Amino acid sequence: MIRVENLRKRIGNKDVLKDVNFILERGSFTVVVGPNGAGKTTLLKILALLTRPSSGRVLINGVAVGPETAALRRQIGVVGHNSFLYAGLTAVENLSFYGQMYGLERIPGRVVEAVRQVGLLHALHEPVRTFSRGMLQRLAIARAILHDPALLLLDEPYTGLDREAEETLNRLLQSWKEEGRTIFLITHKYADGLSLADRFMVLVKGRVAYAEAVEGLGAEDFRGLCLAGGEGA
Amino acid sequence: MRTRQYWQQIWALARKDLLLEFRTREAISVMLMYSLVIIVVFAFAFKPSRKTTLAIFPGLLWLGSFFAGFLGLVRTFQGEKENDCLLGLLLAPVGRTAIYFGKVLANFILMVLVELLVLPLFFVFFNYHLRGPVLHLLAAVLLGIFGFVAVETFLLALLGNLRAGEALLPLLLFPLVVPVVIAAVQLTAGILAGEPAGLSDWWKLLVAYDIIFLAVPLIFFD
Repeated sequence: MIRVENLRKRIGNKDVLKDVNFILERGSFTVVVGPNGAGKTTLLKILALLTRPSSGRVLINGVAVGPETAALRRQIGVVGHNSFLYAGLTAVENLSFYGQMYGLERIPGRVVEAVRQVGLLHALHEPVRTFSRGMLQRLAIARAILHDPALLLLDEPYTGLDREAEETLNRLLQSWKEEGRTIFLITHKYADGLSLADRFMVLVKGRVAYAEAVEGLGAEDFRGLCLAGGEGA
Repeated sequence: MRTRQYWQQIWALARKDLLLEFRTREAISVMLMYSLVIIVVFAFAFKPSRKTTLAIFPGLLWLGSFFAGFLGLVRTFQGEKENDCLLGLLLAPVGRTAIYFGKVLANFILMVLVELLVLPLFFVFFNYHLRGPVLHLLAAVLLGIFGFVAVETFLLALLGNLRAGEALLPLLLFPLVVPVVIAAVQLTAGILAGEPAGLSDWWKLLVAYDIIFLAVPLIFFD
């Protein structure tokens, strides 16, 4: 379980996040929407242990996150705006390298399994620089799940995906949810991943404007909440 | 177990950098070309008599190595910026010092490889016959290169995110690397002259400097 308490992040003289509180139950699937500059990516970076909050705290399974809890990174998988992949290496070389960074065992088997899940087995030995945007995004997803994380943080994962790849991602999200992973998906389009989500959060100007269960909300409710947050659907 | 994993990560990082370098040959080609230019220009500028060679050879050898290293290694962290790969590393349970030492190891191996190719050419073009012990010369070369690589990689890591980083690098690098240059040149001159005794102070200076620049990043990056 992840508990976020009174989180505040100040960058320069601007409060990017203010008084953010929420709980992510183990196995929950939360979709976060909000306009540009709402603080979504900053929130994800804090949850990914990439940056520290100015005040407040994040507890993962009751342990307050700090510099000494770097080992928690093993439990977190991140798909960000960029792929974090080396263009000069092949798909298998990239994933094997990250496997070593995470201290994994049986790396070749894990790499093949992760690449199979995202449907890129045919491109295993091709240099990443030859990949299309969609293929790159799929390999980035494979990189994020390589170490079998309990928490998945996804920042606009649908960007650049064609319809087939979107369906692959939805299928993966479904299977991760069934496996009991906690999923935190950031998007600017509320429809993305919503059919699978069980919590819906709207972030506006660094504050949580709305955070409730998806159940019982209709399409018009979502549209209204997103528009109230300054975001079109 | 944790120590073993730390070293494995350092080696994996260095191997990845070397693999990328051998595919593009960006740094190696720059370093080799610069070294060759130095050799050819000075071989024709001076008559390679025994007396002239003795006087200028150690300085030229290190001039070529250090400037080639400066130009070749300057892009050390560029590969990590593409696709935000450095962020990907920071997401993993990898110590920042492991990332730094991985870079140092890759740069060291690269510079040593270039030096192994270039060093014999210096002897051939300057018609120089080594009189001193080869192992001493190799030790001086390895320690000198390590000191230079450690200082440059440290500065590249510190200045990487600054807009004026590239302009600041030579301003900071050259004063910081002066002790390595002086010690390496003095050691090489003594060894080549066949007088390896009496060099202990220069050995101590070079080793101490190398150790300092192994230790300083531990404080900065962790």
